[in-house]
Amino acid sequence: MKAKIIITPKKAVLDPQGKTVQSALEHMGYEGVVGVHVGKYVEIDLAPGTDRAAARQALDEACHRFLSNPVIEDYKLEIE
Amino acid sequence: MKFAVLQFPASNCDQDAVHAVRVLGHSARLVWHKDGALGDADAVIVPGGFSYGDYLRCGAIARFSPVMQAVKQFADNGGLVLGICNGFQVLCEASLLPGALIRNRSLQFRCENIFVKTIAHDSPFTSQIPEGKLLRLPIAHGEGCYFADADTLDQMKANRQILWRYCNAQGELTDDANPNGALENIAGICNARRNVAGLMPHPERACEPLLGSADGRLIFESMIHALAQKQAALAA
Repeated sequence: MKAKIIITPKKAVLDPQGKTVQSALEHMGYEGVVGVHVGKYVEIDLAPGTDRAAARQALDEACHRFLSNPVIEDYKLEIE
Repeated sequence: MKFAVLQFPASNCDQDAVHAVRVLGHSARLVWHKDGALGDADAVIVPGGFSYGDYLRCGAIARFSPVMQAVKQFADNGGLVLGICNGFQVLCEASLLPGALIRNRSLQFRCENIFVKTIAHDSPFTSQIPEGKLLRLPIAHGEGCYFADADTLDQMKANRQILWRYCNAQGELTDDANPNGALENIAGICNARRNVAGLMPHPERACEPLLGSADGRLIFESMIHALAQKQAALAA
């Protein structure tokens, strides 16, 4: 059982990495790229038999308190 | 006065901070991050460095150290706390200061001397800085771009929480003088209660003429002045 967390910069926050990657893609000739946002991916291994709803609740809290910074980042949590 | 200087794994300006305090004729002692108490400290310095390797986000792991619980309590009781560089990041992550510090606009680590202008002189961190005096201080960071949302920024302005802004040698707040893309050239701020402050530049590395600038002394002298006033008031 795994939790997959994707953390991305909030839209209002400067994302110089995303801008730099976007401009590199443009220079390489990839067309139609109108935005790039560089974030983080965190994968968490959960013990077999973990209660899914309880894990979601606990990890949601962990995402909010620690894994992301709500001032500058958004996150998406998936458990599979 | 007695300063406590925190020490996290990969702090690297802790000894500089201790040295600066001693150069000013006061006492400083290191407090390991696993210690849950600050002892009889009059003020706390959260020093620069790369606590926990800057993993996840700068300061994100350090803020959960046992010593940070003690710092929070110290700040809640009105104690003076100064965060420098990584220490500023730790204080923002700990929500002791508003906003956050993100990757420099240039994506480059910037290591150079800059100028800052003091915006609010009515704080325990700035009271001894003469009006109009620009501080020449070193910076050394990759993630010093200050960010806060619009509502937070409005609130900070209303409370005069912006203490320092990056400027050029003439004191002008230009975009060229902004080394990291910080919102409105913000170099340092304080909380609404004015007892917790953080800044990206390193005043502790600019306390002796031999180091190229002694302007950083004014920040520590302001803290010492505030502490002396507080002690005099208590004794009266």
